[in-house]
Amino acid sequence: MTQPSTPVRDADPATAPPTNLTSDPRGSHPSETTAISMRSLNGWYGSNQVLHALDLEIAAKQVCSFIGPSGCGKSTLLRWINRMNDTIPSARASGTLSLHGIDLLDRTLDVVDLRRRVGMVFQKPNPFPKSIFDNVAFGPRLHRTYSPTDLEELIEQSLRASALWNEVKDRLDSSALGLSGGQQQRLCIARAIAIGPEVLLMDEPCSALDPRSTASIEELIRELRATYTIIIVTHNMQQASRVSDTTAFFYEGRLIESGATDVLFTNPKNRQTEDYVTGRFG
Amino acid sequence: MAAGVISTSRRMLSNRVFLWSCLAATMIAILLLSVLMVSIAIEGWSSISWRFLDSFASRKPAQAGIKAPLLGSLWVCAICGLAAIPMGIGTAIYLEEFAKRSRLKRFIQLNISNLSGVPSIVYGILALAAFVRFFGLACADEPWTLGDPESLFFIQFPFGPSVLAGGLTLALVILPIMIIASQEAFRAVPPSLRQGALALGSTPWQVVRLVTLPAAMPTIMTGAILAMSRAIGEAAPLLVIGGFLLVFQTPTNLMSDFTVLPLQIFNWAGRPQADFHKLAAAAIIVQLVVLISFNSVAIIIRQKLQRPLQS
Amino acid sequence: MTALAARSAAEIANRGTPHSALIRRWSEGSIKFALLSMTLLSVVTTIAIVGVLAGEAWGFFSMADQPDISLWSFVTGLEWSPLLGARPAFGVLPLVAGTLLVTAIAGCFALPIGLLTAVYLSEYASSRTRTILKGVLEILAGVPTVVYGFFALTFITPYLLQPLSSGFGTYNAMSAGIAVGIMILPIVCSLSEDALRAVPQSLRDGAYALGSTKFDVSAKVVVPAGLSGVIAAFLLALTRAIGETMIVALAAGGLAQLTANPAEQVQTMTAYMVQIFLGDAPAAGVEYKSSYAVAFTLFLITFVLTWSGAIILKRYREEYD
Ligand SMILES: Nc1ncnc2c1ncn2[C@@H]1O[C@H](COP(=O)(O)OP(=O)(O)O)[C@@H](O)[C@H]1O
Ligand SMILES: [Mg+2]
Repeated sequence: MTQPSTPVRDADPATAPPTNLTSDPRGSHPSETTAISMRSLNGWYGSNQVLHALDLEIAAKQVCSFIGPSGCGKSTLLRWINRMNDTIPSARASGTLSLHGIDLLDRTLDVVDLRRRVGMVFQKPNPFPKSIFDNVAFGPRLHRTYSPTDLEELIEQSLRASALWNEVKDRLDSSALGLSGGQQQRLCIARAIAIGPEVLLMDEPCSALDPRSTASIEELIRELRATYTIIIVTHNMQQASRVSDTTAFFYEGRLIESGATDVLFTNPKNRQTEDYVTGRFG
Repeated sequence: MAAGVISTSRRMLSNRVFLWSCLAATMIAILLLSVLMVSIAIEGWSSISWRFLDSFASRKPAQAGIKAPLLGSLWVCAICGLAAIPMGIGTAIYLEEFAKRSRLKRFIQLNISNLSGVPSIVYGILALAAFVRFFGLACADEPWTLGDPESLFFIQFPFGPSVLAGGLTLALVILPIMIIASQEAFRAVPPSLRQGALALGSTPWQVVRLVTLPAAMPTIMTGAILAMSRAIGEAAPLLVIGGFLLVFQTPTNLMSDFTVLPLQIFNWAGRPQADFHKLAAAAIIVQLVVLISFNSVAIIIRQKLQRPLQS
Repeated sequence: MTALAARSAAEIANRGTPHSALIRRWSEGSIKFALLSMTLLSVVTTIAIVGVLAGEAWGFFSMADQPDISLWSFVTGLEWSPLLGARPAFGVLPLVAGTLLVTAIAGCFALPIGLLTAVYLSEYASSRTRTILKGVLEILAGVPTVVYGFFALTFITPYLLQPLSSGFGTYNAMSAGIAVGIMILPIVCSLSEDALRAVPQSLRDGAYALGSTKFDVSAKVVVPAGLSGVIAAFLLALTRAIGETMIVALAAGGLAQLTANPAEQVQTMTAYMVQIFLGDAPAAGVEYKSSYAVAFTLFLITFVLTWSGAIILKRYREEYD
């Protein structure tokens, strides 16, 4: 499913060097800090090409925002990074996409192991109809990458890391469906953290939430970036500028511009980017 | 303007007439059920007694009872459930959670919906060939036996017209119903739960075992109980495989002879004497009580366990 | 503090050794294989049904001591008298006609009532009434068919039909047909109701906005829009009626005759099979084997009906997907 039958590349930008998204001021070698890199990445659903020759490097332990109008392929790109696209029979990709040097488009890649290393948070909170504890313990119990005596501590630390511990510590055994929307989304973050991933993918994590919950999740993302490489898809320009170190702007399946967030928002090189970030088209 | 007014009142009239015919049709359904229940209750009530439940069949109506068919029904239904429910759920899991969209899947799906339309008596013919006679591969007069005929674990090949054959026959009849009900239960589980579990690195089977199966279980159990209540009322396929015996013992193992309540009802109802009709009505009352308790369990499960899957 | 917790969570989460990928793949593969085998059982069942029926029917048509029997005489013969007289006749048409007569009576009774009830349930009834009525229908659906047979024999014939006309005998097509109609009523109702409720609310709203009455909306918008689903429901119900056994075995009689008179007794295909399997016909005898040819005919008829029902249903599902 995941390997292209014929690798198709777009002709023009394929030879251009990839944009370096590392905004580290000391300018260390990109190879040391790059977590995810893609070169002439194309993606299809059936015969419909939705990703066109993407070249991008995403730095480790930083927050990167994907912005762009609906349908421009942001979610599709995320779903290639943890291979959730395997569940869609018509999805194909070509080019290269790698995580710390591992080829993510390899047909024989162990996706279970990949998804343990790349956590994902969805647009709509999707806690399981189980207790709060069981939700967070779900991943660790699958993988047994913790030592069993540590489970309770792991749950506590994960819930602390998602800033939910104080609100739920007295009712870990009650159903997760009783939490508010914002709490549910933080629970989903805790659930992803508990499997010990390197990368966290967040697909519009705040779009179903009220402003207060949104603020607490933004706060959380800033705290988590010391530990994880985070990619967040957002439609909210303020949010992108508040939480992210680097930003990539997509339009109709192409990467239009990328770079340090403050530069991209204040001094975009590209006309389309400028129109988009200033809200002239949506 | 005037023309418009007239046509409006005529439309209102047809509106009325239509509502009344809908109501009348609905009333007929309720009326039928009441007449059915009342007529059977009147006919059979006097014959219901502990002695009736605890005696075997008899030539004399006053001494006849339903001990053998009642226990036979229980045995056959238990075997049927043990065979059909796991098979039905397993098939539904494969089709809904594992199979890719392919021609094979469409073919299997069409095949299952066709099987659900096959008359139950035809399943009886299949079961007669397959379970009772093993397609003639083994000699029915001198079956191969395994174990002591008195013990609970006695088995013989071919099965002959035994409770095991009866249970498996009914399992064939309800398997398509069971599969379709379970498939619908799986389809009703929100895809976001599956996505969440997959994104945490679950294998497809782990997704099923930990997320979709528990979420679908209440609906599956409701479907299973409805399927079982179909099985407990089936007579035709069992009649074909030869379960229609005057049985004077309750089953002791899988190879025992058996009869079931619907067959006993058929037997009594088909006789000309009014006394036997009374017995048939009494047996129907017992059968309906069993059925209604089945259905109540289904309703309770539906209400108690159908918690929301997503807030 | 959050950052600290995140670091320690990450550390704890990676402290152990993960399960072996090899074992995981192997067990995943064997589970998938087991589930696939269960699924294929349904295909095997179909093949076995066709195999057994076709094989035994072939045995019937090629019996050496019965040179009169041929597929042609079976399909076109107007007389079915396997047990009577010196020269048994095996023309299946009287059995088919008996089946169709009972089914037609059942259809005339159940289809209009069922559809009107479905309209009431989906368009008029309050949700409380709906719940109660659906409960009634569910009970009707759960009543064993042998009970309806008993009802036909001991209530419909003596208390409803015989007072109307003295032409009705103890066994007649009419009472069996009505009982079969009662049996399929819940199927017609609940499946048609599903089809009607699947019609999008926007269609109804559009019609109301144009000043339609509830009758206009139901009869001219909702039912036509859900028509393929309703037809599929009818077909499935009729299939059940054709295959129904216990009611006709009890109430329709045992005389295979070509008649359209509902007051007369008829024998259906299923009732003939019951007669043979209940009786002591020798397994090698021609009567016994003839029942397989009848069963095969029954199977083919119901197969065609279910198949068309499934195709129509599939089309209507696609309409709103
Ligand atoms: N499962 C799918 N099958 C076919 N096409 C899809 C599927 N998911 C998304 N698409 C198409 O791919 C394009 C990109 O979608 P998506 O990645 O979801 O955009 P975004 O997240 O940026 O809004 C859209 O045109 C969408 O219609
Ligand atoms: Mg998206």
